[in-house]
Order: sequence, then C-alpha cells, then structure tokens
Amino acid sequence: MAEFIFTNSYLLLILPLLSFVIIVLWLAGKYQNPAELDKTLRCQNQINDSEETQKRADDFAKGPKIAGLAAILLATLNALYGLGLATAYYQHVLAQPEHYPNRTLVCFDLAWLNFSPGLTANMGIYLDPISVMMIVVITMISLLVNIYSIGYMKDDPAFDRFFALMSLFTFSMLGLVVSSNILQMFVFWELVGVSSYTLIGFWYEKPSAVAASKKAFIVTRFADAFFLIGILLVSFQAKSFDFLTLNLPETAALLNQSIVLGSVPVNLLTLATLLIFAGGWGKSAMFPLHIWLPDAMEGPTPVSSIIHSATMVVAGVFLTARMFPLFSEAVGTLAVVQFIGSFTAIFAAIIAITQRDIKRILAFSTLSQLGYMLFSLGVAKISLHGEMGPGLNSLGYSAAMYHVFTHAFFKCMLFLGAGALIHAVHSNDLMAMGGLKRLMPKTYWSLLAACLAIGGIFPFSGFWSKDAILLAALQSGHYVTFGVGLVTGGLTAFYMFRLFFLAFHGEARSELHDVHEDPWMTFSIVALTIPTLGAGLFEHFFAGEMVASGLAYADHLSHPLWLPVIASLVGISGIGLAWGFYGHGRTEKADEWRQWFGPVYQLVQNKFYIDEIYLFITHRIIFQGIGAPVKWFDRNIVDGAMNLCGRILQLGGKMVRLAQNGQLQFYLGVTVLGLAALLFLAS
Amino acid sequence: MNGPFLLTLIWIIPFVVALACLLVPHDNHRLMKLFSLVGNLINLGLVILLTLKFINVAGIAPAGSDSSASIFHFAYKTPWFKIMNIEYNIGVDAISVLMMLLTAIVIFCGILASWEVKQQAKEFFILLNVLVAGVYGVFVSIDLFVLFMFYEIAVLPMYLLIGLWGTGRKEYAAMKLVLMLVAGSAFILAGILGLYFESGISTFDLALLSQVRFSDSFQYWAFPVIFLGFGVLGAIFPFHTWSPDGHASAPTAVSMLHAGVLMKLGGYGCLRVGMYLLPEGAQVWMGFFLVLVTINVLYGAFGALRQTDLKYITAYSSVSHCGLVLFGFTAMTFTGLKGGVLQMISHGLMTALFFCLIGMIYGRTHTRTVSEMGGLMKVMPFLSVAFVIVGFAGLGLPSLSGFVAEANIFVGSFANTAAINRVCTVLAVLSIVVTAVYVLRAVNALVNGPIAPKFSLLTDATALEKVPVSILLFCLFGMGIMPGWIIELVNGAIKPIFNNLSR
Repeated sequence: MAEFIFTNSYLLLILPLLSFVIIVLWLAGKYQNPAELDKTLRCQNQINDSEETQKRADDFAKGPKIAGLAAILLATLNALYGLGLATAYYQHVLAQPEHYPNRTLVCFDLAWLNFSPGLTANMGIYLDPISVMMIVVITMISLLVNIYSIGYMKDDPAFDRFFALMSLFTFSMLGLVVSSNILQMFVFWELVGVSSYTLIGFWYEKPSAVAASKKAFIVTRFADAFFLIGILLVSFQAKSFDFLTLNLPETAALLNQSIVLGSVPVNLLTLATLLIFAGGWGKSAMFPLHIWLPDAMEGPTPVSSIIHSATMVVAGVFLTARMFPLFSEAVGTLAVVQFIGSFTAIFAAIIAITQRDIKRILAFSTLSQLGYMLFSLGVAKISLHGEMGPGLNSLGYSAAMYHVFTHAFFKCMLFLGAGALIHAVHSNDLMAMGGLKRLMPKTYWSLLAACLAIGGIFPFSGFWSKDAILLAALQSGHYVTFGVGLVTGGLTAFYMFRLFFLAFHGEARSELHDVHEDPWMTFSIVALTIPTLGAGLFEHFFAGEMVASGLAYADHLSHPLWLPVIASLVGISGIGLAWGFYGHGRTEKADEWRQWFGPVYQLVQNKFYIDEIYLFITHRIIFQGIGAPVKWFDRNIVDGAMNLCGRILQLGGKMVRLAQNGQLQFYLGVTVLGLAALLFLAS
Repeated sequence: MNGPFLLTLIWIIPFVVALACLLVPHDNHRLMKLFSLVGNLINLGLVILLTLKFINVAGIAPAGSDSSASIFHFAYKTPWFKIMNIEYNIGVDAISVLMMLLTAIVIFCGILASWEVKQQAKEFFILLNVLVAGVYGVFVSIDLFVLFMFYEIAVLPMYLLIGLWGTGRKEYAAMKLVLMLVAGSAFILAGILGLYFESGISTFDLALLSQVRFSDSFQYWAFPVIFLGFGVLGAIFPFHTWSPDGHASAPTAVSMLHAGVLMKLGGYGCLRVGMYLLPEGAQVWMGFFLVLVTINVLYGAFGALRQTDLKYITAYSSVSHCGLVLFGFTAMTFTGLKGGVLQMISHGLMTALFFCLIGMIYGRTHTRTVSEMGGLMKVMPFLSVAFVIVGFAGLGLPSLSGFVAEANIFVGSFANTAAINRVCTVLAVLSIVVTAVYVLRAVNALVNGPIAPKFSLLTDATALEKVPVSILLFCLFGMGIMPGWIIELVNGAIKPIFNNLSR
C-alpha cells in the first residue's frame, strides 16, 4: 500500500490540476460567448418564449454548482491522498530513519530542463517532515475552503471560474512544497504568484481589486528577481539545483569564501542565502515588502483565507526551512532573518490595533505571525544533516514549523469567520458590525476558539507553538527578540479581541437584513475548531514526532514553568484590556484614548505612510524618472540620429543633383577642367 | 521524400502560391486566401515531416557528444554561378529546422489572422508569400551568397506591405524600416565578401568556411561588421528604432511574421555566420556587444513602460526580448547559446500571438490606446484570456515557453565568470521586474476594470479567429511544459558552434 502511494505520489499534483482542467474545459464549452448568447437571447425574447430565458437562467444557476461539487470531490480525493501519503510516510520513513538519510524520501524525480551536460533541473516529489506537514495542511484547508466557498460564492456569476482558479492554486502550492530542487520550487513559486494574482483580481471589474492584484504580483516579482539571482549563484557553485545536494556540508563549504564586490568584501554564502531569502521576503510579505498583503484582501475572502494567510504566504518560511542546513551556516543571513521577522511581528501588530477593515486586521495579524515564524528560524541553528550537536538549537526550527502548522488552521478559520461576518453585514468595516453573537452563535463560538488560539491561551494550539518559539528565543540567548515576541503576544491578544468584541458583542451598529449562517460556510468554520484545539492537545504527536522529527522540540514540562505562565498572563491582560475598551461592543472609551494619542495614532492608522513612499518611488522615480526619459531619449536622440542620417543623405543627394543639372555646357566645362587637372598632374 | 528535395519544395511552395495568386482575378479574394491557406498548410505539413525526419536522421544527439565535421543534414549542392563559385547549396541543422517550424506555424496563423484583408488582397497575399519564401530560403541555405539573396527577398516586400496596408505613419515607418535593414544588409554583404576573399578557397560554402581559421586581424574587423549587420534585424541597440514604428504601422499578419520570424533572421545570422565562422573575433568583441544588448534588454523594457499604444508596447517588449536572444549569445557559453536559440523560438511564438491578438482586438475596438480600453474580459473572454496568457509568457512565467528560454539564458550567462558578464546578468534578471510592470499594466488596462459602454456590444473571437490563437497558445504551453525534445535538438546544433568558439 505504502509502496503504491509513494510510486504514484504525482497523483497529489494531478488531482487538483485535473480539477482545474475539467472546470476550465467545461467552462469554455459553456460560455462560448456570453455577449453572443445574450444577443441571441434578446432576439429570441422578441420572437416569443420566455421559456428559453428561464431555461438558460436555470442552466446558469444549476451549472456552477456542478463545478463546485466537482472541485470538492477532487479536493476530497486529494485530501485523502495527502493523508495517505502522510500516514505512509510516518509509518515507513519516520519509523525507520536509519534507512532514510535526513528522513527524506524523493519518490519521484524526472529530468525536465537540461541546461548543460552537468546541470539538469528535475521535477520531483520530495518528502520530508516539513513537506509532508505542508501537504496535509494544504489539502485539508483546500478542501474546507472549497466547501466554504460553495456557500460564500453561491451568488457570484463567476462561481465556476473561482473553483478553477482555486484548484490551480492548490496544484501550484502542492508543487511548491514537494519540490525536489530549487528551480522546481521557483517554477511553482511563480505559479502560486500567478494564481494569487488572478484570485486577488477575481472581481476584475473592480478597480481596487485590479490594482491590488497588480501590486501583489509586482512586489513579489521584485523579490523573485533576487531569488532567481540567488538560484543562479548557488546552482553555479554547487553544480546542482537539488536540495539534497545544496544542503550538503560540501556546498556550504564551497560557498563559504570571500569575494570582493566592487571594493566591499562579501561572504559568498551570506550573499547567496540572502538573495534566496529575498524571494521569501517578498512572498511572506516581510517589512518593507509587506505592502501587497493588506491590499490583497480585495480578493474574495476564501482566497484570503487559503492563499494570503494559511499557505502561500508561509512559502517564505518554508523556503528558509527547506534550505536551513545552508542558512544555518550563514550567520549574517540568520541575523537578518531574525531581525526582519521580529521587527515585522511587532510592526504589523501595532498597525493591526488601529485598523477598521476586518480583513486588513487579519492581514496585519498574518504578517505579525509570519514574523514570529521567521525570527524563530532566525534564532535556530541546526547542524547539517539535522543531527543534534553541542551549541545547536534546533528548537527554533521545529517551533517555527509547528507554528506554521497551527497558524494555518486558526488563521484560516479566522478568515472564514470574517467572511461569514462580511456576508452577514455586507461590509468589511468593523464599525458596521456588532451584536452578531445572537445571530451567528456557531460562528461566535468557533471564532472564540480561534481568537484564543492566536492569543496564545492554554490549551489552544497557538499557545503551544508560540510558547515553543519564545522558549527558542530565550534559550538561544536572543533576549531582545524574546521580549519583542512576548510583547507582540500581548498586542495580538488585544487586537484580536478588539475585533471579536466589536463584531459580536453589544448592539448592531448597522441595519441587518436576513442574517443567517450558511450551512456550507458554517460547516467549514466549525470543522476548523478541531485542529485549532487538537493541534495543541496532541502537541506531542504533531510537534514532537511529525514536524520536528529528530530535532529538539519544546518539552514544556521539563522547562521552567514561569515562561508559559508569563506568556499566558501577557495574553490574558491583552484580552482584558480589549474587554475594558470594547467589551460591550462600544468604542467611546477607545475614542477618548485615540484623541489622546493624536498624530501618533494617525501615523499608525495610515500604516506609517509606507504605501505613499512606494507610490513616490514607482511613479516619481521609476515612471517619470526613468521610463519617461527613456521614451524621450528614444524618440529624440536615437531616432533623431537615425533621421539625421537620413537628412544628411538627402542633403548629399541634393548636392549631387546640383551637378546633374542637365546643361550640356556645364558638363563639358567640368570635363575640360578635369582633363586639364589630369594633364597638369601628369606633367 | 528525400531530404534535399523536401527542403527545396518548402521554399518553392510559397513562390508557387504567389504565382498562383497572380493568376487569380482581382476580385476573387476567397480563392486567393484559399490558395495561401492551403499552400501554407501543405508547407506546415511538410515542415513537420521534415522535423520528424530530422529527428530520425540526426538522432536526438545527447548533449556533450562529439559532432561530425558537417553539421548539416539533407545537404545538397549544385553549381549555380561557376565564376564566383556560388552554389545552390542547401542543408539544415536543428536550429534551422526549428526556425522553419516556427515560420510555418506563424505564417499559417498569420494567413488565418488576415482573413479579413479586403483592400488589394491580391497584392497583399502575393507579397506575403514571397516574403515567406525568402524566410524559408534563408534557413535552408548553406551558401552565404544564396542566403544573402533570400535574406533580401524576405526584407524588401516589407516596404510595400507596411507602406500600402499599414496604419498610422506607415510611409515613414516603411521607409525607415527598409532603409535601416538595407543598411544592415550592406554591412552583411561586405562581411560576406570579406569571408569569401579571405578564406583563400574562394567559396561561400558555410560548411567549408567553418573549417577555415581566418586571420585574427581579419576577424577583428569582420566580426563586428557581420554581427552589427545582422544585429540591425535583431533590433540591436541603437539600431532598433525601425522596430517600434515598423511594427506599429504594419498590418497584423505582417507584424506577426516580422516580429515573429524575420527578427529571428538577425539572431540566426549573428550565430550562424558571425559567431560560427569568426569565433576569435567574437571573443574579442563580445564584451562590447554584451553591453549593447544589455542596454537592449533594459532599455526596451523601460521604453515599454511609458508607451500607450498596444503595438508600441509589444514592439518595445520585442526589443527587450530580442535583446535577450543576443544576450544569450554574448554569454559565449553552451547554455547561453542554447538559451538564445530557445528565446528565438519562444519569442517568435509569443510575439506572433501578441500581434495576432492586438489585430483582432483592434478590429473590434478601433483603438489601440490602452487607456481608452478596459473590461474587455466581460465581452471577449477568449481573446482576453489569451492576452493574459501571452502576457504571462512575456514576463517569463514558468509553464510557458518564455521561462524555458530565459532560464537557459540566465544560467548560461551566469556561467561566464567574467565580472562584466556577472553584472550584466544581474541587470538582465532585474529587467524581468520591469517586464512584469509593463505587461500587467497593459493587461490590466485592457481586460480588467469596468467596461466602457461603447464596447459593451462587442463580440468575442469567431471560430475562425480562435484557430490561430489556439494553435499559438498550444505551442506556448507545449514548449513551456515539455521543452525536452526541443532542447535535445538544439543541444546537437549548438555543439559545433560552441566547439568553434572555444577552440
């Protein structure tokens, strides 16, 4: 059985791809030409029957459901396959690590792009603890989000396109996490970028969505260009793209040399890992490349939930983890990872406090949590081959991966819950909500669990993973980072419960019509409470055996109890503060404080004006400062030079024409003069 | 069918079609179009047959295998002008076969795309077919003189095609395009004559010339002359300005053919004549040309950033992408050369589709200014989706052909460890960001956003129009997903050139 699952592991990618292709083909057949159809329809209406219209309307209403159900069916199969793969991996590889170096199994590897005799990029499936964990997360969340979307998108005319694109995303994301080499990862990296682009701009008639999609793609592409340079650099040095080779000690040794760039000496290993990390920097939206993520919330909420919180944005963390043996040797890079992670964690949390758009709050919260994961990696150090050794701190690594796992579920649920709220009040604005507890009880209780989880309250999943991260920072002696993590935990609890109280408690702040809980949507939300609780309760299994197999993980009992106690106290005081300000769904008290903060509050609410800085750079400097001059230069200088050549030739022609004036006397005169000159010269 | 006969047939058929069109009465457009279509369909079939035969004969040569002396298959020669030793000398290697395949696909799609030409259709199709015959001729020729002759046959109909059937400042554009290309030809001719006399064996035979080791002093001046001469057609900076005006003014099929195939003749010549025959010259001059083409890559991308006309955007992107072809060559590494060739194919397909779509969209909206459009996705989903896809091909998205080529170019260029190569590679890689900006700008302005009321009754592509678009899309995806066989073929053809370069 396990043999079968491993040899056919490509099915994991084929299933979502199939789902995409089927829906697209079906869609292409169905909507041959909407405008054309409409016209024919109008003509028919004039002739007589409204029956035809009715039938077509029915087709429209019925059809899309099929696309959604097909997607769900394939997503279910895929989730089952993912689970099967995880089980097989657990039973065969993890159970006998001595047969599998690094607990890695490459169960499928085909040559794809042959560069030169010694350098070929493959397409493969690479199973190790973190990729298996991601497979489970992606297939599960994809299934639940698909189910949710049946309810969420049911009135959308482009229902089926949505499911097609979601399947495409699932395919790309799975391809990314199972990549056996860095070029394959780049390939899927770009494909998730494109899926994200098309899904952010899903409502393509809405200018803000279109602008957001463009911004997301370009900002991440900017980072990807550096990633690509990094790939070129390591693959040139290591003569391979394969992770197995890149993570060898030999590669690190090979790269660990000093080169001189301009006049600055640079360590090649640091440079290469920094360039590679740049890709993750953009994808995981770390400061200052974070600007695309809040805007990306213009997409439908299920998209935000799976792509922009649970899976795609952790790609940067995943990339760092995937190449961690190499990163581990690059002290400078890890310092950068740690600094950027911790800075973004607190920076985004501060902004989240001041936002009113429910999805943007969650987006900033995602940024903050991604910051946690990255600084946790930044404080870690594992030896090549993942063995424990003196002075090595693999806890940061396993804690980060465990946080990826827990965060994926509770953040996904938060987004789905936010989607349900938005569906109910038809607004993203927190101030338009309130009093929804009574109307949406299931959502209320489920979201409470998620908020407690992200707030780090015992025994929810977030408590365990965040505790492990803080412990890792503390143990490795990075006290500032530890402090930042602790404070951010309090801020997190505060802004999450601000959202929670404002949305559910008190009185409704806008008129509500027909608020109900859609069964499809509620199912997914409620279902996600299971991992939100379970991932914590079975911490030993998930963190200890699955994710961090062979590495240290936080054995909370054997470490000083004061840390979880303090962390919990900070979290609870955050919740208490939120209760004090917003507990009854009122904002008066908070408004007073806001007055008091004045301009500082303005600064934070406007996200430190970083978007404006970017606008200045892109428009003033790149468009007007480079693009426009190049255009002018091309028109006037280069083209002008060409035209000048033409002019000169024309002028030359005119001069010659003067000689060819058709007067015989003139010709004769010239001939005689010429003859005379020749004779003179000859004599 | 034996190989040489097939090669001859392939370039003769378009001439025959042109002659046949000549006999058709002026007003019978349908028959002329049918002739062109059938003729080029047959040719497409023949080229596919040729490709299959070639794969069979050449065997898929694994990279790294030693090459035989002659790199040409299906070779045949017979004297033509005995006095100057000019021969009708034909033969193909993998590059020419692939380029012929590209030509056959693009012209077939181009004829379908110009189905609606009404004004002086007879002359249009005659000239188009003559042009194509010239292109095929270049790719089958081994004799440099014959190659040059075909090259001129391919370039000159351009003048009339743009001048008569074009739009906008068409006379100016046509004049500029032809004059600049002919100036390039003058350089080429000088270079070819130099080769002829310097070789000591008075021959135009490429295969024989490749065995000659030209003196260094000759190579130093001959190489830049030839490289620049062909480079003009490859839109090398600063001789690229014919391209935006020319492409913007040309009718759809001509833009497709010109940007898709003709510009590749430049790269082809640079590689086949310049670098293959004059490798020592290439070694000396590459630093200089590397800088020029890096400017191409960046300059084209930045140039496209501020354009408002769709065709100008595409034309500047062509300058950037064709710059990448030469950029791959100037890396002087095996992978780089291969990447350049792959980019020729990829860009040919991509830009043909770009112009094809722009033609179809323009035919409906009657404007090419991006700011006046918007929301076309609503009324023409097929064309819009195709436009988005080709845009992504342009910005090098994996799974489309552009990535395969660009990955090879960048890996190849990075493999050259000279500092200047490294710097230029980094700059070229960064240009993909600018590419993303202008592509998404165009795509968003065109297909996304609210739709203008005046466009709300437009219709999507007709069944006939969907054919060329689908064919080209299929090719883009095909090359992007399954590049293996193309790469294997190109490997075989690059080997002897690379061997010459590194001798």
